[in-house]
Amino acid sequence: MIVSPELDRRFRDAAVTLDLVDVGFDVVDSPIGPLLVAASGEGLAAISFRTDPEEQLDRLARIAGPRVLRSAKSIDPARRELDEYFEGERHAFDLFLDLRGLFRFTVSVLNELARVPYGQTTTYGALAERVGRPRAARAVGTVMNRNRIPIVLPCHRVVGSSGDLTGYAGGLDVKLALLELEGAR
Amino acid sequence: MMQAVAIPPFERFYEEHRSDVLRLLRRRLGAQRAEDAFQETFLRALRAYARLEHGEHLRAWVLTIAHNVALDTLRRTRATEELVETPSTDDRPAYAELADLTDGLGPKERAAVVLRYGYDLSYEQIAAALGSSEDAARQAASTGVRRIRRRIAS
Repeated sequence: MIVSPELDRRFRDAAVTLDLVDVGFDVVDSPIGPLLVAASGEGLAAISFRTDPEEQLDRLARIAGPRVLRSAKSIDPARRELDEYFEGERHAFDLFLDLRGLFRFTVSVLNELARVPYGQTTTYGALAERVGRPRAARAVGTVMNRNRIPIVLPCHRVVGSSGDLTGYAGGLDVKLALLELEGAR
Repeated sequence: MMQAVAIPPFERFYEEHRSDVLRLLRRRLGAQRAEDAFQETFLRALRAYARLEHGEHLRAWVLTIAHNVALDTLRRTRATEELVETPSTDDRPAYAELADLTDGLGPKERAAVVLRYGYDLSYEQIAAALGSSEDAARQAASTGVRRIRRRIAS
């Protein structure tokens, strides 16, 4: 028995309206390719360049709880701000973030990362210094590598001390594209 | 010791069982009424999902919920048919029927009122759904109702 798209959407919308979902997600289009975006009651919880939902469901459940549901409505604010960002109209995000379950060091690094301005770059070492752990550049690199909310938490603005791009979860071409969009390259 | 079966993310559970649920409801209620009952079934499942202790027998569990929703629907229909004077009601789900009344309320109060008077849940269940104490759920529902009364009276 096929569930019609209309019936399916009605259920998903009602679930979100009634606040019965721990984390809602959807796949959105962007100039750098499709993104899987997830939001909980606390705020934006994840952005992923890997967009096969089946691959992400367990990870999302671990972040916020088992009631994971795909729903366009659940990520409306994030979708809007991302669209504006990719159109070059938004230079800072006004979204609440769900950073539950992360280590204190990770959160302090991400907080500093969030303050790196649009269109500028910094280095792993400089970020390590700013969280008061000047010798922890490598650990900062690991935090960037595992950043679960890329783009909004701008790990693409962090480069090697010689200025090379080093690495990026979405691929170096995506990192470069984001820096170009922001006029940093 | 056997390890308890993990509770799957709801999306996977829903994708796996939605066809069976719709089939059962259509057989019992016909195509049209099955649609609202379908939504109601998975909303009930979602409400209880956070309190599940393991992921066993989920198919039987959701089909039981669907069965109960079908019974409720049939009971409601019979009651309406017996009351000749009653104007015909449409089949909107409870939260939609109450939407006009509850529009001005905050999210907690609205949820408490809808779950109590629209879905007839106990305060214990409402508390579980809202993640609050039973007293807080009772308080939210009664504040909500008072607010609605005041608005209707004015």
